[in-house]
Amino acid sequence: MIALVIDTSSAAVTAGVVEIVPALGGAAAVSVRGERVKVDARAHGELLAVFVKESLDEAGLGMRDLNAVIAGVGPGPFTGLRVGLVTAAAISDALGVPAYPVCSLDAIAAIAQPPDVVSAGELLVAADARRREVYWAVYRDGRRRLGPEVDKPAELRIEAMAAVTAMAGAGARMYAEVLGLPLIETAGSSLSDYPTVLGLAQVAAADVLGAGPAAPLTPLYLRRPDAVAATASKAVSQP
Amino acid sequence: MVLGIETSCDETGIGIVRGSELLADAIASSVAEHARFGGVVPEVASRAHLQAMIPTVHRACADAGVSLADIDAIAVTAGPGLAGALLVGVAAAKAYALALDKPLYGVNHLSAHVAVDLLENGPLEEACIALLVSGGHSSILQVPRVGGEEIVELGATLDDAAGEAFDKVARLLGLGFPGGPLIDRAAREGDPAAITFPRGLTGAHDPAFAFSFSGLKTAVARWVEARQRQGEPVSVNDVAASFQEAVVDVLTAKAVRAAREQGVDYLLLGGGVAANSRLRALAAERCEKAGLRLRVPRPGLCTDNGAMVAALGAQLVMHGASASRLDIGADSALPITDVLV
Ligand SMILES: [Zn+2]
Repeated sequence: MIALVIDTSSAAVTAGVVEIVPALGGAAAVSVRGERVKVDARAHGELLAVFVKESLDEAGLGMRDLNAVIAGVGPGPFTGLRVGLVTAAAISDALGVPAYPVCSLDAIAAIAQPPDVVSAGELLVAADARRREVYWAVYRDGRRRLGPEVDKPAELRIEAMAAVTAMAGAGARMYAEVLGLPLIETAGSSLSDYPTVLGLAQVAAADVLGAGPAAPLTPLYLRRPDAVAATASKAVSQP
Repeated sequence: MVLGIETSCDETGIGIVRGSELLADAIASSVAEHARFGGVVPEVASRAHLQAMIPTVHRACADAGVSLADIDAIAVTAGPGLAGALLVGVAAAKAYALALDKPLYGVNHLSAHVAVDLLENGPLEEACIALLVSGGHSSILQVPRVGGEEIVELGATLDDAAGEAFDKVARLLGLGFPGGPLIDRAAREGDPAAITFPRGLTGAHDPAFAFSFSGLKTAVARWVEARQRQGEPVSVNDVAASFQEAVVDVLTAKAVRAAREQGVDYLLLGGGVAANSRLRALAAERCEKAGLRLRVPRPGLCTDNGAMVAALGAQLVMHGASASRLDIGADSALPITDVLV
């Protein structure tokens, strides 16, 4: 199965094309056929569609070769996140192929602490939520046990952190001192601080192969909108 | 056949146009979600656009009786408007263009307000003056060809847009949001000559085609507050009618003057405020007196919609404009002269 993978939940603009094939023991093997990533928090709107096209070109494939779309649904800063989700939804719609949502933090966990590795402790994944907060979740043996939630790094619940022995993600790196846990460095690349094409595809692989039902690409906002109207709301008679 | 996507404010609009024939005009509005804030909340609008995008595309296709595969080009509002809201539409348009392998046209929202007239009133080969009035803009434009790539702005508002003034006065009068239709309705029961509110920038030395509505809005507030202080009753209908008269008097006087000075035969109205019944009536009256022909789309096409974007896209395609690149951005302050991005 060939799948398009998209994530814009972080400062990274990420697109790729993966091939997913059945592996031993009912598992799925993912290979990345094409990939474009750039860390630029303001460029999602400009770059994403270009990256989708370039990933396909690199893979030597066309839109019609796609069997599925996999999209990171956050949590992440809203404006960028929506670019990825509406792009994924529209491509899925236009091609008539299913779309699979992936919690973007799960994709980071999948690389930092692969599900087939049984670890002694739990993993904290934290992404930058701006406003001095992080989006976070806690994983045990590759499975999300808590989260996603949004909090100040110093105010993560003690209960949540009790068994955590390591951390990953751009938010974890940013607040490494406050969080005080060893940071997992994956493949020597800081790009693994963000959801990767491989990580996203691995999380969704079983569903894609099993042709599981596609789900709506519902964004994980975790915050209410700031309810400030676009027009000024001061008293009309004020000068 | 062009699919048009509009997400510059609080309406998710998807239109389908063949040439200058309107096939579908599907709209999902988040206006009710903004009402309690007295104005459009950008984040609420952006969330609603994402949610409504695909279902509204489907509704437009169903209304037109076509499938996505029949679409020849995708047009989208690239600006001006709310940045986060625009971005949802632009990203969707790129994705559809890419997946369907069709050209993309990123167009100017204001030009689209002008081009929509072709759907209603047919081709116009002559130059015209367009009065574009909405919650975000109030401009007098010189348009060599409706749906063309050249537009000159003769004047614009120096402060509030006309629609913004309607919203603010409606709030002051306790009528609610959005203010345009509510003031229009109240004004029908009121006396437009009851109170003489100021006509901004109509002095001999003022710029001929510029507008200012912030002084008018303040004058209305002062008048109401003074009455209330003296314990006198305020006729909401009279205030609404008198305020509305002041706005449409200035708008139509300046637009007609522009048409005469430029020596054109046509005046075109567009934008959400062009749905106002008194503006339409007074424009018709003054155009007739001045020997001008008035072109104004039905109210449903004056407010933001996807059909206007598709209409402009179709004109650009027909005149051989080159398609937009896949890396175009959304520009919240796109100048009116940039018809195609
Ligand atoms: Zn508009």
